[in-house]
Amino acid sequence: MDFGPSDEPVALKILIAGGFGVGKTTLVGAISEIRPLRTEEVLSDRGIGIDDVDGVEGKTTTTVAMDFGRITIREGLVVYLFGTPGQERFWFMWDELSYGALGAVVLADTRRLTDCFPSIDYFEQRGTPFIVAVNCFDGADRHEAEDVRVALDLDVDVPVLLCDVRRRVSAKTVLVTLVEHSLRVLTASQS
Amino acid sequence: MTNWMDEDAGPVVRPYALIGGRTRSSGDKLDLVAMVTSTRGAPSGGFVPGPEQERILAMVTTPTSVADVASDLNLPLGVVRVLLGDLQDHKLISIGRASASERILKEVINGLRAL
Repeated sequence: MDFGPSDEPVALKILIAGGFGVGKTTLVGAISEIRPLRTEEVLSDRGIGIDDVDGVEGKTTTTVAMDFGRITIREGLVVYLFGTPGQERFWFMWDELSYGALGAVVLADTRRLTDCFPSIDYFEQRGTPFIVAVNCFDGADRHEAEDVRVALDLDVDVPVLLCDVRRRVSAKTVLVTLVEHSLRVLTASQS
Repeated sequence: MTNWMDEDAGPVVRPYALIGGRTRSSGDKLDLVAMVTSTRGAPSGGFVPGPEQERILAMVTTPTSVADVASDLNLPLGVVRVLLGDLQDHKLISIGRASASERILKEVINGLRAL
């Protein structure tokens, strides 16, 4: 097939970030047309003392490389979702992942809110547009979005929303909120 | 007893053997969502694409992202970058990266809503 100059295929990159075990893989799987590229390994004793599983004891695998999902908007326009490695020993991958990214979803778990601080710091410093999506786990307190904004000391223009990443409709809302935010940032930078 | 047969046993050839043990090439900087397209050119300078590179060339007759190539080949990204770097050096593929415009983002928002 031929693409004219204006029909050049466009691939957009969205990052799904947040602490270990916060639901990044679930979010990618809930919305993507293909299953994530799973590069997970079983949590073994090698992770003891490295991987903090307090509060997420049910988790037995961890993402070692990246989750990868693809949403085809139309022929020649594809959105890719990449789950960023949730553990600090994989920070070296972040610069590569975030280069040229449209934006990032920072998933937060109110039981372990501090886990998303590094992601927020990272995207703030890089100037990558991001939103915070609070994943409402079973048994977790339903903190109001604004309480989370205060607790995370976020700028007023950073969208914060509650979500349930297991639900496709919720995952969709999260992505729409991010792209709308990225569009506002892009428009503001051009005016 | 665990039977490790066929694909379950893992690759017969270790991934980095496919690229002669190299870990660096001109493909190092390829973005995950850069689009790879075959130029349909003939190999030059005595370069003979390997079997994996032939598979890549067959795959990218329509524009395909680096991430999709790695995923479809089921090979580590680092290996795929080296394979792509060779193909690019020999002008068998072109690599492009279109940026998002306001119009594109609006289209994405509408597309996501319609999912």
